[in-house]
Amino acid sequence: MKPQISAWLALAVSALLFAGCAGTGSKQDDPGASIEDRSAAGAATAGASQGGPWTGNPLDNPNSLLYAKTVYFDFDQSTIRSEFIDVLRAHAGYLNGNQSATVLVEGHADERGSREYNIALGERRANAVRSFLEAEGVASSQINTISYGEERPAAFGHDEGSWAENRRGVLVY
Amino acid sequence: MKRLFVLFVLLGLTLHARATSLTIEITQGLEGALPIAVVPFAWRGDASQPPPHEVGGVVASDLQRSGRFKPLPANEMLTRPTRGEEVDFRDWRALNVENLVIGDVSPNGPGGYLVRFYLYDVFRGEQITGYSMPTTARDLRATAHHIADIIYETLTGQPGAFATRIAYVTSVRSGTGKEAKERVELRIADADGFGPQTIVSSEEPIMSPAWSPDGRRIAYVSFENAQPSIWVQEVFTGKRDRLTSFKGINGAPAWSPDGRFLALTLSKDGNPDIFVMDIARRSLRPLTRHWSIDTEPAWSPDGKSLVFTSDRGGAPQIYRVSVNGGEPSRVSFEGGYNARASFAPDGRLLTMVTRVDGQYRIATLDVEARDFRVMSTGRLDESPSFAPNGSMIIYATRVGGKGVLAAVSTDGRVQQRLRLQEGDVREPVWSPYLQQERNR
Repeated sequence: MKPQISAWLALAVSALLFAGCAGTGSKQDDPGASIEDRSAAGAATAGASQGGPWTGNPLDNPNSLLYAKTVYFDFDQSTIRSEFIDVLRAHAGYLNGNQSATVLVEGHADERGSREYNIALGERRANAVRSFLEAEGVASSQINTISYGEERPAAFGHDEGSWAENRRGVLVY
Repeated sequence: MKRLFVLFVLLGLTLHARATSLTIEITQGLEGALPIAVVPFAWRGDASQPPPHEVGGVVASDLQRSGRFKPLPANEMLTRPTRGEEVDFRDWRALNVENLVIGDVSPNGPGGYLVRFYLYDVFRGEQITGYSMPTTARDLRATAHHIADIIYETLTGQPGAFATRIAYVTSVRSGTGKEAKERVELRIADADGFGPQTIVSSEEPIMSPAWSPDGRRIAYVSFENAQPSIWVQEVFTGKRDRLTSFKGINGAPAWSPDGRFLALTLSKDGNPDIFVMDIARRSLRPLTRHWSIDTEPAWSPDGKSLVFTSDRGGAPQIYRVSVNGGEPSRVSFEGGYNARASFAPDGRLLTMVTRVDGQYRIATLDVEARDFRVMSTGRLDESPSFAPNGSMIIYATRVGGKGVLAAVSTDGRVQQRLRLQEGDVREPVWSPYLQQERNR
């Protein structure tokens, strides 16, 4: 339910953005443009449902693997789970095809245990994502990492459901 | 002592006072505590303009919070003497009160007060000690904490830690989705939770506050500018310096006992290791070198060694290393998760976070006797910190999904909770003795 709504919002916003610069007639490959959709999300209202091939920023295409920007980890682990390999390969492909693009990989931990240890754990996860991308040929200069430990939870419950959502690596373009 | 006290007051004025305050409830304990009576202090001035705090009440609740004393409720007192000649020891013997405190507050110049108190041994029927202390409206509570310290030390032989402070981090979230905001603040309050003041405020995480040994500076980690950095801030002026801002982790600052060095965690070389910084020179030397996570350093009180958290054995455990480096030795063996250790002032006892049946709790470990004790009962307890006299451990816990502070006496007998009005409260750290007491 929730991913669907944000997908529609992103679609709507991209459509609006694209309309705004339609005069250039170019595809929006510049990753910088995707920054816009964060602040403009509240303004998106309508005009999103036209079909046809995706013409916006590929990072915003809900039908693309690039649309997924979060990978999740097991408790106290920093191994990339097999289900996220295709997503990270897609991002590696994107970064390889856009050598001027950079990505910030955020590492996060669930709230259990001590905060500074969780910062270290989050860094390990961010580095696992970095290593994967580098192994796929991405230049290390294109990747930055930061660990937020347990300080920036995505879910606010105090149960396994929330913890699983919080043990994550997030790709921020 | 008086001059230092005044200096403290003037500098204190630059702090920004907040309306919210912590309230404390004792959730367990008091068996075997010493019966004492603290009679409400008399006010000798204009009855229409009483002092802002009832000194006797502050003293009594301090003594009660320590777990060592059981103050007689005022409504059970047969008489309420406020001068020595009004004391009839038979009244107090009848109530099985061993010690009696009486006192009064008098006007003392513009905005000033003179607080006098007397401590009696009820069964011997004699005065043990008595003080006369000039103060101001602003410092009336500090004076009351002072009195509690004197009583505590006189009767237990150990220094009291009531006229100390705590630093902690608060978080208030607002909005949802992309409108979600977080306001994180580093605050300082009296050890009884009174008078919280914000010294840093940010929309980015603030972590790991650490008091300098003289109580005048606080080191902390701030993520402002989307990058973790270690800052050192003067408590009274708010002036601050950024000490480190390396690539990767800049975390877990810990002051050496002499205040000259800061141990900290950096991952600039690839993975988290402990470094020691000479603060004046800003020079760094590595203390640990290992591919695993090494973090959360804490100094032994003699400054000769440090403990830290490492998962070099596969899971986080506490290790100890000489201040000169070398091979660390493992300290904690109980259970599969021990982290964030720190020393009691005696250098024998450590407190740490431990995992027991999937619950994260506060434990103490006597490093010589190898006696390990779980001290708390929550499921997400963290950030334990000893009071400077070693009598209590303050820590963060969750009640009803909300982060609150709690404290347990080091003997495990008294549990208490400190509640804040809004938001999450976490990462409490108890101040050292502050200058005003040390120069008493």
